[in-house]
Amino acid sequence: MQAQANRADPPVPAPGLAGGTASQASVEIRGVCKSYGEEWERQDVLKDLTLDILPGKLTVVVGPSGCGKSTLVNLIAGFERPDRGEILLNGRRVTGPSRDRMVVFQETALIPWQTTYQNVVFGPKLRGDLKGQALRQRAHELLTKVGLQDFIHKYPLQLSGGMQRRAELARALINQPQVMIMDEPFRGLDAMSRGLMQEFFLRLFEENRRTNLYVTSEIDEAIFLADRLVVLSNRPAQLRAVIDIGLPRPRHYQVMSSPEAFEYKREAMELLHDEAMRSFRPFQAGRSPGGP
Amino acid sequence: MASVGEISRPIGVARARRRLLLRAVGRQELWRGLIAIVVFLILWEIGARSKEWSGYTLPYIGLLPPPSEVAVAWSKVLVKEGYWESWYQSFKRVLTGFLAAQLIGIPFGLMLAVNKYFRDIFFPPFEVLRPIPPLAWVPASLIFWPTNEMSIAFVTFLGAFFTIVINVLGGARTIDVRYLRAAQSMGANNWHLFWRIILPGILPSIFTGAAVGMGITWEVVVAAEMISSGGTQGGGGLGFFIWNSYMGGSMAQIVVGMISIGIAGYLSSTIIRMIGNRAMPWRNLF
Repeated sequence: MQAQANRADPPVPAPGLAGGTASQASVEIRGVCKSYGEEWERQDVLKDLTLDILPGKLTVVVGPSGCGKSTLVNLIAGFERPDRGEILLNGRRVTGPSRDRMVVFQETALIPWQTTYQNVVFGPKLRGDLKGQALRQRAHELLTKVGLQDFIHKYPLQLSGGMQRRAELARALINQPQVMIMDEPFRGLDAMSRGLMQEFFLRLFEENRRTNLYVTSEIDEAIFLADRLVVLSNRPAQLRAVIDIGLPRPRHYQVMSSPEAFEYKREAMELLHDEAMRSFRPFQAGRSPGGP
Repeated sequence: MASVGEISRPIGVARARRRLLLRAVGRQELWRGLIAIVVFLILWEIGARSKEWSGYTLPYIGLLPPPSEVAVAWSKVLVKEGYWESWYQSFKRVLTGFLAAQLIGIPFGLMLAVNKYFRDIFFPPFEVLRPIPPLAWVPASLIFWPTNEMSIAFVTFLGAFFTIVINVLGGARTIDVRYLRAAQSMGANNWHLFWRIILPGILPSIFTGAAVGMGITWEVVVAAEMISSGGTQGGGGLGFFIWNSYMGGSMAQIVVGMISIGIAGYLSSTIIRMIGNRAMPWRNLF
């Protein structure tokens, strides 16, 4: 019933609104290492990670919690530098944060002292590359697209969780990034709004197929969204497997009850379960008292 | 379902109705407050007149002048220029010290928060000086500054300064790094980061510091006036007003001075709160 309504009432097509044609941007992660802590107690978080984020694809990264997914996001976004290896955007080395890689953060990172509108126009205003009437119009289009047209002068704290995430999507999209990076963006939402946000996000993606890296720890979410599913190993994170998800697009929630989806899920679960178990091994081997 | 937009409803939907309700509640609170004050005054009156009425002097409260006497003393004092001169003097000193503390304390706290080397050099001596009570500075300050007026201003300044710096420093360090990162991704340079993220981010701490600092300044100014401003140099402020009343043996007038300081402090912190609400509209949404 819900899906039928969805099909009968497709998202308002707005060509060119959020970038237009399929994005050709790709990200290459080449032998990246990253560790934290002082020299005598270094913790490797990423070790020799090599991974391609293909143009126009939705690449979803899953891994056991604490495996270094967020570190990967910080490196690609340019908030941090790799210790070794390099990250290339369209063949050019990433050296710092830039508008061509926008991040949607865990929870919300809307600036609390700016209204929804001020948050959305923040980037273009700083850079001055979109001004006056054009900027206003663009902001209103995007806010309408994410369903916030009536809340543009509200502060983030006055919005519900789902609305905050949508405002954040609009804030990222107005900067016309080449790559969108989503770091567990819908974590902390209740199951209902989470499902709705996933579908909403998929519609946005399927509209213009902007290269997208999506990090999550939920397998269902990962399979529902992904073109390519990247499974990371336990800390230090290494590439464990890449699974191409061939579920048809446009996808609706029903697809998750299909046998194919179930098969993907079983496969991913097995890989992840191995990894999750590995994180217990040092405990069992090292400290387990009274072993046989 | 038409769009995701209709699913999640905003928190402020039933706002208008709730505002009406809130106004009614506010009025109730006002009445409660007034009644509390009246009851307090009546109890005080009874307690203070316990001797005349029952022949037995209640401890402590029986030594106080009753509020009716205080009111009479107050009404006599209200028409005298000296009383208002005391208000003016104290307010001037509080404001001088307080503003100086803000002007120096906020940038200093920001520098501590932003620059590691600055923090390494200046934070340890700051932390040694901070626990010294402002009043302990009074003798040194009397020797150090040429006039009494400057000594008082200096001690007042110290009272607010340390609180303000500590608050700014703490506030700056709790700013969510994701705001800075998001802004950087969108092309913000250091200038933007400072004015758009860091400064608004520490505004709540600045106002907390200001409110606490204002309280301390009043404490300090009154004490400093009692100690240093004895008579010779013209207007003595509310602190000296109390001291003078004590010397003159007028208990009622002492209480007048005390209540005056209470009102002055209340006025100051109300003004700070009002400015704070104005400056931070995102903080008073509900």
